[in-house]
Amino acid sequence: MPDIKVTPLGAGQDVGRSCILVSVGGKNIMLDCGMHMGYNDDRRFPDFSYITQNGRLTEFLDCVIISHFHLDHCGALPYMSEMVGYDGPIYMTHPTKAICPILLEDFRKITVDRKGETNFFTSQMIKDCMKKVVPINLHQTVQVDDELEIKAYYAGHVLGAAMVQIKVGSESVIYTGDYNMTPDRHLGAAWIDKCRPDILITESTYATTIRDSKRCRERDFLKKVHETVERGGKVLIPVFALGRAQELCILLETFWERMNHKAPIYFSTGLTEKANHYYKLFITWTNQKIRKTFVQRNMFEFKHIKPFDRSYADNPGPMVVFAAPGMLHAGQSLQIFKKWAGNEKNMVIMPGYCVQGTIGHKILNGQKKLEMEGRATLEVKLQVEYMSFSAHADAKGIMQLIRMAEPRNILLVHGEAKKMEFLKDKIEQEFSVSCFMPANGETATVETNPSVPVDISLNLLKREMALGGPLPDPKKPRTLHGTLIMKDNSLRLLSPEKALKELGLSEHQLRFTCHVQLQDPHSDADTLTRIYTHLKSILKGYTIQHLPDSTVMVESIVVKVSSTAEEPNLKIILLSWSYQDEELGSFMSTLLKKGLPVGLC
Amino acid sequence: MAAHLKKRVYEEFSKVVQQHPLEEVPAKKLRLTKPSKSAALHIDLCKASNPTDALQYLLQFARKPVEVESVEGVVRILLEHYYKETDNSVRLKIASLLGLLTKTQGFSPDCVVDDVTNTLNNEKSHQVLAQLLDTLLVIGSQLLDSVSITQRLIEVACKHLSDTYFGVRNKCLQLLGCLGTIDKPLTKDSEAPGTSAGALRDVQSVISDYFADQDPRVRTAAIKAMLQLHERGMKLQQTIYNQACRLLTDDYEQVRSAAVQMVWVLSQLYPESIVPIPSSNEEIRLVDDSFGKISHMISDGSWVVRVQAAKRLGSMLQVSPHFLEQTLDKKLMSDLRRKRTAHERAKELYASGEFSSGRRWADDAPKERVDTSGVNLIDSGACGAFVHGLEDEMYEVRIAAVEALCSLAQSSPSFAEKCLDFLVDMFNDEIEEVRLQSIHVLRQISRNITLREDQLDTVLAVLEDSSRDIREALHELLCYTNVSTKECIQLALLELLKNLTKYPTDRNSVWKCLKFLGSRHPTLVLPIVPELMSLHPYFDTPEPDMDDPAYIAVLVLVFNAAQSCPTITALFSDHTFRHYAYLRDSLSHLVPQLRLPGRKLSSGLSCEASGFGSGSVESAHLFLQESLARVNTLHSLESPGAQDLLEFTIRDLQRLGELETELAGSADFCATYLRCQLLLMKALQEKLWNMAVPLCLKQNAMASAAVKQILEETYKLEFLYSGLETRQVATVHHVRLQAKALQLVLAARTKRGVEPLISASEKFLQDLGSFQRLFMTELPHFQDSFVEKLLELMPRLVACKPMDLVKILQTTLRQSGFLHLKLPEQIHRASATIIEPTGESDNPLRFTSGLVVALDIDATLEHVQDPQTTVKVQVLYPDGQAHIIHPKPADFRIPGPGRVRLITQVYLSHSAWTEPCQIEVRLLLAYSSSATKLTSSKPTWNEGTEGFPQVETSIEGTIPLSKPVKVFIMPKPARR
Repeated sequence: MPDIKVTPLGAGQDVGRSCILVSVGGKNIMLDCGMHMGYNDDRRFPDFSYITQNGRLTEFLDCVIISHFHLDHCGALPYMSEMVGYDGPIYMTHPTKAICPILLEDFRKITVDRKGETNFFTSQMIKDCMKKVVPINLHQTVQVDDELEIKAYYAGHVLGAAMVQIKVGSESVIYTGDYNMTPDRHLGAAWIDKCRPDILITESTYATTIRDSKRCRERDFLKKVHETVERGGKVLIPVFALGRAQELCILLETFWERMNHKAPIYFSTGLTEKANHYYKLFITWTNQKIRKTFVQRNMFEFKHIKPFDRSYADNPGPMVVFAAPGMLHAGQSLQIFKKWAGNEKNMVIMPGYCVQGTIGHKILNGQKKLEMEGRATLEVKLQVEYMSFSAHADAKGIMQLIRMAEPRNILLVHGEAKKMEFLKDKIEQEFSVSCFMPANGETATVETNPSVPVDISLNLLKREMALGGPLPDPKKPRTLHGTLIMKDNSLRLLSPEKALKELGLSEHQLRFTCHVQLQDPHSDADTLTRIYTHLKSILKGYTIQHLPDSTVMVESIVVKVSSTAEEPNLKIILLSWSYQDEELGSFMSTLLKKGLPVGLC
Repeated sequence: MAAHLKKRVYEEFSKVVQQHPLEEVPAKKLRLTKPSKSAALHIDLCKASNPTDALQYLLQFARKPVEVESVEGVVRILLEHYYKETDNSVRLKIASLLGLLTKTQGFSPDCVVDDVTNTLNNEKSHQVLAQLLDTLLVIGSQLLDSVSITQRLIEVACKHLSDTYFGVRNKCLQLLGCLGTIDKPLTKDSEAPGTSAGALRDVQSVISDYFADQDPRVRTAAIKAMLQLHERGMKLQQTIYNQACRLLTDDYEQVRSAAVQMVWVLSQLYPESIVPIPSSNEEIRLVDDSFGKISHMISDGSWVVRVQAAKRLGSMLQVSPHFLEQTLDKKLMSDLRRKRTAHERAKELYASGEFSSGRRWADDAPKERVDTSGVNLIDSGACGAFVHGLEDEMYEVRIAAVEALCSLAQSSPSFAEKCLDFLVDMFNDEIEEVRLQSIHVLRQISRNITLREDQLDTVLAVLEDSSRDIREALHELLCYTNVSTKECIQLALLELLKNLTKYPTDRNSVWKCLKFLGSRHPTLVLPIVPELMSLHPYFDTPEPDMDDPAYIAVLVLVFNAAQSCPTITALFSDHTFRHYAYLRDSLSHLVPQLRLPGRKLSSGLSCEASGFGSGSVESAHLFLQESLARVNTLHSLESPGAQDLLEFTIRDLQRLGELETELAGSADFCATYLRCQLLLMKALQEKLWNMAVPLCLKQNAMASAAVKQILEETYKLEFLYSGLETRQVATVHHVRLQAKALQLVLAARTKRGVEPLISASEKFLQDLGSFQRLFMTELPHFQDSFVEKLLELMPRLVACKPMDLVKILQTTLRQSGFLHLKLPEQIHRASATIIEPTGESDNPLRFTSGLVVALDIDATLEHVQDPQTTVKVQVLYPDGQAHIIHPKPADFRIPGPGRVRLITQVYLSHSAWTEPCQIEVRLLLAYSSSATKLTSSKPTWNEGTEGFPQVETSIEGTIPLSKPVKVFIMPKPARR
């Protein structure tokens, strides 16, 4: 049986460095090529030696697909293509192609310039890598080669995030990347048609979470910000530069506009400005509201949000500041936090996940005294709030996507093992389809049942039409006699005569003969007459002839009766039929074996 | 056949020619007769050498209307060509033309049925076949009464149901849907090969076979046909419920969307019947089952289906409460369908840890305790349907969900309580329309609920919204809200005052809101009165500023509460009483009458007014009837004392209108009508009729002024009042006709020459004719009136010369009796008040001449019909220039029934002035007399192109609707 093999090199029962190998119909595809935030050594990148020990990857991979621009989905791309070596096509959507190099460059700068690492990819490598990228549009079917085709669907999550359908013949795989089933302030919800793939590879970050309604969260957020600002406090919102930040900006911007607020909102600059530029351009990738109103005013052209300057942090009066990074572990957000932490009027809102060990994690767990470098302690008096604004699908969303796509198998990646376990049970129970959750390096194999297309000759069809009723009934299968010829990598269904002619074979007759013994006191001729009448009474609608040469013909089946001199009552009935009449012949033999009814004359 | 056709053609040809003289008599115009349509078509089609030409001719032909008489001829010609034609597209066009032609009014299409069915049998092309069936559909829908034809058409449809082309099947299903009946089985079933075994099958089961068709378009058509049956009042059988439910999971969105409707229809038909649940042996009510299934569709992939589902949910009022409440619950996913396994699930849950809400940090860490009541199941019907719908990506879905919530909440108070939080959340939607809608919805259900303090808090937060609509909707909402504690009142007052300082333009709306808030919660206001009025037990506090809107707001709240809680008045200090008297006078609509202890009421009148009570309306009504009856005793306009009586009655009625607001419309209407009569009377009684023309110029002028005024007043009567019946309209027209007659007579006396008189008299006759046509049914009421007499003389009038006509008119006018007015049930006078600009400002609006300045206008309109098209703004400059501005349709908002609010901007501009000057702004009601014309038969044939010329030229004009408001402006010369 043909099968589909899926091997995660990263993101198998884990979050980070997404990299999944899929082989389907003889094609090998790499889905995403990310890095892991948690490591600084070799474990940072996926283990490409799994594919080949030495040499380039080009001959082993048919294509690479990047779902979106987050570094845990594209961070290892230059490393793979330039340092390990891959020259094939890399597919990503237009916004991803535009924003991805900015993030890669930023990542490179931090690693090389700040941390001083060597043996890392260079700016030139990023550029060379981007040259290999082939951009794709939503719902555009791209033929990678003659057999392999891919198609992108909208995924929400971040600007340009896509789900991809990979199709070889009738076998298909869907990879979701990260996606979001509830729309937010700047992006829509993921959508897929009922494409019934053989396997659906879905992320499962929030496998055990069902989130509250988005509106509650938004309202809480706005209320908290509003209250703090009204009492003259300052609000710090640590964010990562792209994605959530834009959503929160739009949320605050529209709120400020609606409520006519005057307190300033600042955004710590950096790569944001460049990225914001792309947000303004790729309006088609955003949600209904922004798409509809951008003619009057592009929502990403903020009126109330201004770039932040370091000196502003000491300004008196209320303000709201967005600052990177999101976990308060370094950079501007930490500096501002230190300045504001002492005042109970102020507030910090953590809009997302915080890794253990970061200050964000500590204050969320209620720590009131923080130790800083140089033995200084920092007293935390300001209010700490947590608001989940993460743009991943929750358990219900994952289930919803599964219902939309109706896959035959499901494979979970990008999540914690324990939570996956839970979701796996739920999925198997709700949809009764099998669900896999391979670890990194482990291969999941799914058997497929691909349909094989066969060319049928028109003559044969027409002949069948003439035989059968007026219309083919889609509900009932119909049998049809023909010869299947497999020649030159093609399958054809022909009428037997034509097939013989084409292959230059002569026709062989195949006849079955069978003897049935029967106790009957009558003479041979009488027995035959009795059989004739018996058959006539049962096989209505068939031509039954009693021939003068003491045989009975039923269609092409010959029935003869003979008996030996020793036992005149034991009649031996000879039945002979050709292969074509097999069905009728075997029926008659079983019929005659039961004997003749008594009341027959 | 051809010979017969030609004969027909010529017959018609001659017939048309003969008819013309008859028709054209009154206009006396010469018109060239055109050859009949069918003849022209025949010639054209014969000329056509190839299909393209023929098609062109047909298309041209289709653009012109066809008279009823010639339809049949045209049909014959078309059919003739149809048989000859080999090209499919031409046949298709002919078939569609046949359908169009049969729609012509007055044409009975049953003669065509045979021909069309015949052609159907010989037709090979599927497309043409589909078009022919469409034609049959058109014919059939006009002949619903004829059983035999319906039966035949159904047979035809059944026969073609097995066609291989989807269009043909679609049309057949449509035919069945439009014509089929359920109770009667189809006879002669043997004819239809699609149905097996010749069993008696009804239309419903035939249609339901096609629910499983391979083409999605046919499936959709089948469902639509079923719905059509339902719309025609047939009772669908429950048997198709399962099939319909299966279609909900169809691959195609249009099928799913139609299936949602189908399931909904069935749930309304059989709400109480019991259906089994698959995968368990329990049973539930059908309406609950379908509710679950439709809720499920709210998370469908296609937004069209989602909108449909959300809309339908709103009308499923019979659903059980526990199902209903699930729709708002996302976390509690107890599946009522599989109750028995709930405990197993709970165990499973224990092993895996609970779902977290994602709202607090780390609350998804596995907990040891397990909450057995919170059973979680990811996928099941109604759960969280509205939560999903409310946060949908498309605002269409969100609005539909909000509306559905509204209608469900109105029928179930407990659900209303539950959905409150969700609605309040919607106040924060990104699209204003959705926010506004949810505020309106909350207002509609607020009768059932009491807001808690925290909820009120979130509601009040929206008061800061910069959109005026949102704020006003919220004020409206607060008017109807019940709150639970005195803190709530305090909070609301505080926020409203904040609102007042931030947006001073909201003054009126805020005051009104506080009025209701006070009168609804007197006991809650009582404890906070001392604080509000800053009273002190021993010390006199300073007297607050009477012009402070915030202080007025507080007073409005307190006074309204005091109305039903007399203890409050005891707390008032002296200046409060003074302020009360002032406000009672200046803002009487906001401040109620209070019974103040130990104080003389401000005037005796108010006491009398309060004693007047509810009986007053009846007595006033009686008075109105009596005074009308008194007037009705007048028979002739010339009887002595008539004038005085009319004058007194008019005065009485006017006063009555001022006193009784409810009867103001009727009283005004009567008074105006009587004034018209009075004017007419005066004009006719002048002695001028006996004088020689040159001597009576002055009187003449007076009479013509009266005529003008009467005409004006009749337009007011006709268009300013709503609730008029045809009879009153006819009466008003009658007065106008009299005035016009008078005008004609006056013109004959003063003007020299016959030329202008001819056209004027012709015009008058036209008016008379149209009066007769319009009010044919009302004529019996006009016995012994001016019109009746004229109509008797009609043949003579038409024939006679203008001067004779004038003489006849003069005598009839003087002899005609007084026409009595019968009052309809309810008459409202359209009125408007301009709230802004107030006209009090002394600061001129300065702008550079040649440029424009925008003036904000805020007005309320009452009882105006179709304000979007009729209400205009007029700006009158001191130099006599007048501009009329049409406000945009979006500027009209409808806060309540019969009330419309106009908030718009008008642009002013002028050349430079030396000093500021006042312009006048007012609202106008535009009318056109043709609008009241009972829409005469419009040609159904391709309307919009070259219709019959309008017999009457419509008279258009405007009526002032509001008092003018003066605005001080100053265009400055541009600086160079």
